[in-house]
Amino acid sequence: MFSRSIDHAVHLVLVLCVIITILTTVIVVGLLGKESFLFFQQVPVWDFLFGTRWEPLLEPKSFGVLPLVVGTLKIVFGSIAIALPLGLMIATYLSEFASTRFRSIIKPVLEVLAGIPTVVYGYFALTFVTPILRTLFPDTQIFNAASAAIVVGIMILPMISSLCDDAFQSLPNSLREGAYALGATQFEVAVQVILPSAAARVGAAVILALSRAIGETMAVTLAAGATPQMSLGFLESIQTMTAYIVQVSLGDIPAGGIEYQTCYAVGLLLFLMTFVMNVIGNHFINQSRKIHQ
Amino acid sequence: MNRPQRKRKEKLFIWTCRIATWTAVAVLFILLFHVMREGIEWLDFQFLDSFPSRKPERAGLKSALWGSVWLIGLTAMISVPLSIGSALYLEEYAPQNRWTRIVEINLANLAGMPSILYGLLGLAVFVRYFGLESSLWSGSLTLSLLVLPVVVIAAKGAIRSVPQSIREGAYALGARRWQVVFHHVLPSALPGIMTGVILALSRAMGESAPLIMVGALSYIAFLPEGPSDPFTALPVQIYNWAARPQDDFHGLAAGGIIVLLVLLLTLNAGAVFIRNKLQRYKS
Repeated sequence: MFSRSIDHAVHLVLVLCVIITILTTVIVVGLLGKESFLFFQQVPVWDFLFGTRWEPLLEPKSFGVLPLVVGTLKIVFGSIAIALPLGLMIATYLSEFASTRFRSIIKPVLEVLAGIPTVVYGYFALTFVTPILRTLFPDTQIFNAASAAIVVGIMILPMISSLCDDAFQSLPNSLREGAYALGATQFEVAVQVILPSAAARVGAAVILALSRAIGETMAVTLAAGATPQMSLGFLESIQTMTAYIVQVSLGDIPAGGIEYQTCYAVGLLLFLMTFVMNVIGNHFINQSRKIHQ
Repeated sequence: MNRPQRKRKEKLFIWTCRIATWTAVAVLFILLFHVMREGIEWLDFQFLDSFPSRKPERAGLKSALWGSVWLIGLTAMISVPLSIGSALYLEEYAPQNRWTRIVEINLANLAGMPSILYGLLGLAVFVRYFGLESSLWSGSLTLSLLVLPVVVIAAKGAIRSVPQSIREGAYALGARRWQVVFHHVLPSALPGIMTGVILALSRAMGESAPLIMVGALSYIAFLPEGPSDPFTALPVQIYNWAARPQDDFHGLAAGGIIVLLVLLLTLNAGAVFIRNKLQRYKS
């Protein structure tokens, strides 16, 4: 009966492993919640969410998070504007037009793009993309939203192309054959049949990629600058939520101070945004997987 | 629209898609070429064997290199058993009910959580609460939490692809559950799990934001002797060099990037090798 007690012990140990994964989420939520609560006792939530000036380190202090949100949104929409059309075309090409051989070579090559560390993209933006932008548009600042958005777009491109490719591949061939039988061209099949049929999963891919772009840190810290501001231009220095957190942690900020707590308040906002998007994105992907199985 | 027009549109579309695909490939090669061109002149034995310095010609990444090796080693030791255990429980033991569903949704969300939030977690819990300071312990525990969901998801896939007949065969011979799991399922799934582990560790190797949060320093002129020592890591050192305005330091950053990419490439080649040579059951 020694064997049976091992069985119980093993079960117990394995349960403990799973509990750690749950504990991580609980601690993250608890921690962000606690520090943010302390922060919001000093700064009204309304001032934080809708204030238009973010100057937490200088007197007079001001804690309006909107400039950071605007900075983040610039990166997010700039990057998706590059990655979505390119990603969709790549996915269409790989799934509908390319030979299996070409596909099996190109897919791993694109995965390499996803595996390159973000700090490398930051370096690339700073030393390659920005100089090009500055020759094209002479009034581009050294740190600017555009070059960061471009490299973040390159970074999320493999994610979009591979998720969309999976989505196209999971569609039954009868859809394509039906359309071809009616005399449709490959263009019409791809755009009018395949794309709409995979719309839910393409949408999910976009949401997950947006969430990646929101949380992207190092490329943005290196290339986009550290000046939180409300503006519409892409050629000027901005600051994102993630870059702010890094900026504060690079300085030696004492625990418990308001500067320390701002990190967690911004972190909470970051967490909520990415969490909601991840839940929606994963839900859609799982749903449509079930339908097509 | 008449037929030739539609045909022309089709051809144009296919060519646009083809060009898009080649653009992405070209971007990768431009990036690699740019880094090589900027960094190759800084790459010599002295660069690998010197500590960081204010003088670019004497600076090197010895402490960063060793810091990264320590970090990845510790992270592997902490995260691998935990994640294989979690995956085994979820696939082989857990009843299929609402709780397991919640755990799995939770895992997917953890895998998508921005790495900087893990940094905030590490700062508050490991550095401050457990008093581990900015040590290798803090860094590797933080990275372990970061890779945990990724490895669990990969390991779950590998375990699921082990054919049911293996389990049934073992049960039929009178094996208990733990014997089935550890003598049959785990060995069969191991190559797949190892691939996931290596890919996750190479992600950890390139992470810098959480390490900066827990206080990895960029100027460390000694090698860590144990897990409680302060540390720096390759990506942190690269960030520090790239963030300086001088061109020489950008060259150093490029040199560091080449070293980092070579290490990552080696790890990934290992993963591909394991996947191709050792995998018995494909998912």
